[in-house]
Amino acid sequence: MIATLVSYSLLSVYSAMAIYTLAFIMFTIDLARRSASAPVALGAVVGSAVTVGRGSTALLERLTTDAPVGATPKGPRQLRIAMALTVIAWLLHVAGAVLRGVAAGRVPWANMFEFTLTATAIVVGVFLAVQFWQDLRFLGVFITGFALIALGIATTNFYVDVIPLPPALQSGWLVIHVFVASLGTGFFAIGAAISIVQLLQTRREAGQAKRLKFLDTLPSAERLEVLAFRIIVIGFVLWTFTLMAGAIWAERAWGRYWGWDTKEVWTFIIWTIFAGYIHARATRGWRGSRSAVLAIIGFTAVMFNFTIVNLFFKGLHAYSGL
Amino acid sequence: MDSSRPSDHFDSEQPESKGITQPKLGFVGYARFFWRQLTSMRTALFLLLLLAIAAIPGSLVPQVSSDPNGVIQYKINNPGLSKVLEFFQVFTTYSSVWFSAIYLLLFISLIGCVIPRTKHHLLALLAKPPKTPARLERLVGFSSEGTEADAATALETARAVLRKQGYRTEVYASTGMTPDSVSAERGYLRETGNLVFHTALIGVLVTVGIGGGFGYTGQKVVVEGKAFANVLGNYDSFNPGRFFSESALVPYSVQVDKFTPVYEENNFNAYGQAIDYTANVTTTMRGEQPQKRVLKVNSPLEIGGTQVYLLGNGYAPVLTFRDPKGAIVWSQPTPFLPQDAKLTSLGVIKIPDGLSQQLGMIGFLYPTTDQLASGALASSHPDLRAPTVTLEMYTGDLGLNDGIARNAYTLNLTHLTQIAGRKSAAPTIKLTIGDRVELPNGIGSIELTAIPRFVSLDVHRDPSQAWVLVFAILVLAGLLTSLFIPRRRVWVKVVSTTSGGIRLEYAGLARGEDPGLEAAVADIVQKHAQQLSLRLK
Ligand code: HEM
Repeated sequence: MIATLVSYSLLSVYSAMAIYTLAFIMFTIDLARRSASAPVALGAVVGSAVTVGRGSTALLERLTTDAPVGATPKGPRQLRIAMALTVIAWLLHVAGAVLRGVAAGRVPWANMFEFTLTATAIVVGVFLAVQFWQDLRFLGVFITGFALIALGIATTNFYVDVIPLPPALQSGWLVIHVFVASLGTGFFAIGAAISIVQLLQTRREAGQAKRLKFLDTLPSAERLEVLAFRIIVIGFVLWTFTLMAGAIWAERAWGRYWGWDTKEVWTFIIWTIFAGYIHARATRGWRGSRSAVLAIIGFTAVMFNFTIVNLFFKGLHAYSGL
Repeated sequence: MDSSRPSDHFDSEQPESKGITQPKLGFVGYARFFWRQLTSMRTALFLLLLLAIAAIPGSLVPQVSSDPNGVIQYKINNPGLSKVLEFFQVFTTYSSVWFSAIYLLLFISLIGCVIPRTKHHLLALLAKPPKTPARLERLVGFSSEGTEADAATALETARAVLRKQGYRTEVYASTGMTPDSVSAERGYLRETGNLVFHTALIGVLVTVGIGGGFGYTGQKVVVEGKAFANVLGNYDSFNPGRFFSESALVPYSVQVDKFTPVYEENNFNAYGQAIDYTANVTTTMRGEQPQKRVLKVNSPLEIGGTQVYLLGNGYAPVLTFRDPKGAIVWSQPTPFLPQDAKLTSLGVIKIPDGLSQQLGMIGFLYPTTDQLASGALASSHPDLRAPTVTLEMYTGDLGLNDGIARNAYTLNLTHLTQIAGRKSAAPTIKLTIGDRVELPNGIGSIELTAIPRFVSLDVHRDPSQAWVLVFAILVLAGLLTSLFIPRRRVWVKVVSTTSGGIRLEYAGLARGEDPGLEAAVADIVQKHAQQLSLRLK
């Protein structure tokens, strides 16, 4: 029974990966097409920094709600196909995670394989969800690419069989703490992706990176910065909660709420980097590219925390199952 | 980009700090200059990023606080490097001088930042919304609408609409005495949230730093059937906080009646993996009735202001030694330390008195004994199914009489000779429960009487814990309010037209990130028009 469910789960994940690959290709074609076609005029973004009071900077902006993405309101055909494929792949991906959870009789995020499986599903889920708020489909290449690489590594390098939870992990906090951490990771991932585009866009606006023509069809660097910020602050709140929930759980399971265990250290480092990012956005001279670089460093630290720290650093969080 | 240039106030302080024309102001000038620098956004940012970087080394090198054995091992493996690391306090990164210096500077900066802002904010809470700007056209969401209402009604209605949405309002007259505009501001809570957030961070630091000093942590290994009393001399190890006094120990006892582990039996991928630990205990507060309670991982026992955690478990074989005449000289459980998931366990036994010679033993316990191809013993399951205890035995000087504290779990072999084991004539002693064998050289006999389990309990007392939680919740609440409550100003202005009528102008101004401002102004325009038309009917 468990074996059957596990194999269905894997089948579902492999199918999801195949379809993510197709989606990735379609997103790439879409970008290539944008490079080829004549650039569309940029949506005007009026922005001017106004200093209000000491130590705080307010940004006065007119935000155009329609990001210029393509000719038709719903975007070109390649993009629509790519999105449809992403949705299908995501559904299979979620099904894979759910089946895994059913097979194990618990939440599917108790070892590195399961965590990668679920967290990437959440990252893609956040990507799909934010489309209702903002058209960020141009990030599809990043997100599907990211999901593919992560799932590839998970299925080949992190795979472990379904095993029961050791006593220390048997807690409601496993459900809350890890889920919120994944959700936060999803927002940080999208924030970092936007920040990368922002850096490219800044170069292009300065007359460099001329070959990356598709950038002409994307929002201005300034607008990208605002979008990234709004997404990252949500990630930051979730991360703050993760840190606190982790401390509460540590108090229950290990008898102390904070012990500078390697994983705790890195969670703290990430939190501090993003606190720095938020400050940078409010510090003259640090807005723009510098804060974007901080956002990217922050997300790199999140990835480092999950891969290198889990696998090679010694600590109490030895749950990779490898 | 001019980003690396000093900020404006840096420049403005420059003349003072030169101090040539105003030698008297020199010190004050410098002090003020440094204070301004320390409490600038730039410094806060710099210190935050520095703190993040400074935290890294402690994750690369084992820490005394979380992994003392790792530190010892690291020093053995890297004798040269560890001297340098030791000098820079890298093994105690998070209490090191340099790490502390960074976060203390950050928090001084934070205090210096929060106090003036709090003052400013309190005044702002009492102040009226600011005067209406002369020209609204360049502001967010500007819109200009015709109306048939008269100026007074329009303004009064606008005020009501804005008030209903939580704005604080004030009417102003641009020329003369007749009011011609409403100025409104809302979202003071944003700044309040920000201040609560930063202040609560200070609260967390202070409660952790000072409050933690009143607590203690202690460890105690307790064998099934035995009890542990909460008095200082009873702990195996004890770490008091800086301000700890012995009177903080509430007298109580915890007896471990039974310890029941559950191991996975059905899933062969995890066969023998521990899936549950339960300790049935009897607790007694002085002068009260004993109480039966259950202690589990993830569910500590609350007793006498402390938490008691179930952190480890293993076996404590009871070995009985008799002298050649058959009189018992030693019989007690000795906790063996688990070495792997199958609970292969290692123990050390020292018998200084009672026999003709001092005896020392290094023993292994295999709960479910299995023989490897090499002939060596191993354990194939953590449960006690076919236990074997093997002992290598030594005689000589145990070194217990020189007054130096010895680790109970190691045997110093310097002055000892093996009398049973691989390096002696007699083979390693092998026992299962109930076995009794004669010792070499006619010293006496040894019996494996029983193999009860032990649990290791951690006892913590941290009176500041609840406060840390309170401040942490304030941090989160402050963060949410300060990030997601928009602070905005909105103005409604009456402008007379050339034809003698009036038009209404609306616009808003964001303070901080405020994506929804434009929509909010549009909403006010629409609600206002609605209210006015109701009035006119
Ligand atoms: C322990 C160190 C600090 C941490 C972790 C921290 C964290 C944060 C966070 C997360 C925010 C965004 C949320 C909010 O607005 O409440 C923020 C905002 C802010 N912080 Fe800090 N902070 C620290 C120290 C400081 C210091 C020393 C200053 C003063 C120089 C400062 C000044 C500000 C200001 C002015 C804002 C508002 C930014 C804006 O206008 O958007 N912070 N801080």
